[in-house]
Amino acid sequence: MTEPAISIHHLRVVRGGNEVLHNLDLDIEPGVITGLLGPSGCGKTTMMRAIVGVQKVASGQVTVLGQPAGSSSLRAKVGYVTQAPSVYEDLSIEANLHYFARLYGVPTGRATAALEAVGLSEHSTKLVRQLSGGQRARASLASALLASPEVLILDEPTVGLDPVLRAELWATFHQLAGDGATLLVSSHVMDEAERCDRLVLMREGAILAHCPPRQLLADTGASTVEDAFLSLVRKPGVAV
Amino acid sequence: MNPLLTFATARRVLAQLRNDPRTVALLLVTPVVLVALMKWVYLDQDRVFQRIGVPLVGIFPMTSMFLVTSITMLRERTTGTLERLLTTPLAKLDLLGGYALAFGAVAVLQGALTSAVAFGLLGLDVEGPLLAVVVLAVVNALLGTSMGLLVSAFANSEFQAVQFMPVFLMPQILLCGLIAPRAAMAPALEALSNVLPMTYAYDALSRVAGGEGFSGNVASDTLVLAVASLLALALGAATLRRRTE
Repeated sequence: MTEPAISIHHLRVVRGGNEVLHNLDLDIEPGVITGLLGPSGCGKTTMMRAIVGVQKVASGQVTVLGQPAGSSSLRAKVGYVTQAPSVYEDLSIEANLHYFARLYGVPTGRATAALEAVGLSEHSTKLVRQLSGGQRARASLASALLASPEVLILDEPTVGLDPVLRAELWATFHQLAGDGATLLVSSHVMDEAERCDRLVLMREGAILAHCPPRQLLADTGASTVEDAFLSLVRKPGVAV
Repeated sequence: MNPLLTFATARRVLAQLRNDPRTVALLLVTPVVLVALMKWVYLDQDRVFQRIGVPLVGIFPMTSMFLVTSITMLRERTTGTLERLLTTPLAKLDLLGGYALAFGAVAVLQGALTSAVAFGLLGLDVEGPLLAVVVLAVVNALLGTSMGLLVSAFANSEFQAVQFMPVFLMPQILLCGLIAPRAAMAPALEALSNVLPMTYAYDALSRVAGGEGFSGNVASDTLVLAVASLLALALGAATLRRRTE
């Protein structure tokens, strides 16, 4: 296997006195889409925050593109889209994108393509506060896409989107991976699993499985990822 | 630090303000209306108007920028944009510098407009250079901005942030010498007033009103204000933690 894009060793995170990630080990392959699946509250967001370097960690190492997570040299290369849209409500979509383009040091002209990718071209001059929840989430996503990051961490990017748009966004993600980007996409909807090249199943701060979706189904004898998840939970001894 | 990112941030903050014309109107019109009201209150006591008029024109920007900054920064913290910014190449100092630059520019506008009305229309007199009043107004606004950035770290909601205004600024207004001469206060209060930045703002402005220029005590007062701003900014930077629980 080539050098992993993201490497997590013995990661432990404690929040509010509770250990929420228990000694995690994970290597994420470069240039593919890895889906991070698991019920809400299982530690997906905490792990993603550790990868982008905004999470206080109790112990362990997280390495991204060979550098410690959160290093200043990584900040132009790693894009992070939080679950709650983090864009400025009192700015237009376009103004938000231009600001983030300036921060990443890319031409503001890239906003056009990013808006197209998320299907917001017609609304570019609207203030974010006038948008629906799903549109806000897409504006937030576009602000990360325009930087063409080498590693893109997306926390539930397709929640509340209509199926057509969801399919289009996944096509965009595959295109980015095809261009060499590494994507880590979280979801608590198991039906998105088939769109990923690799899956990481999480539960209660631990990793249950890490493999391609087809292998997961073959190994568990299940017909859907949801069933596979259930069978792994019921038989924690299953090696994958 | 990267000046391009500082300017981009200042531009973004100003664009946010531009999309909120009511706030801009309140920022620019309120001090003018208050000075006019004061003129009316002291219509038959011009000496009092002259004594407190100039310091008020110069100190008002501190209070309004304190409020505006603490709320905007609190919003950055609560809406997740701050966390996002800290994952981009933007340095903490670029962010704070961007805020200072943007609100400093608003303060220039506010100070110039209030001065034009107070000195041009309402008959307020300043014996020293008029420019010194505007410069002090801007320095005070920057101090208000840095204090606002700092206190936003201690507020969890906009309700709390608004309450920090009376907590941080009212005691300073009471003790700075504007309401009662500091020499006439209880020694403990006078000692306390010596460590409050607004005391130096009041001192400088009343000296300029009395005819002093940008030298001697006015210069040293201004230096104290600048150092206090930088100190608050440094403490504010320390509250911007990249890694949180």
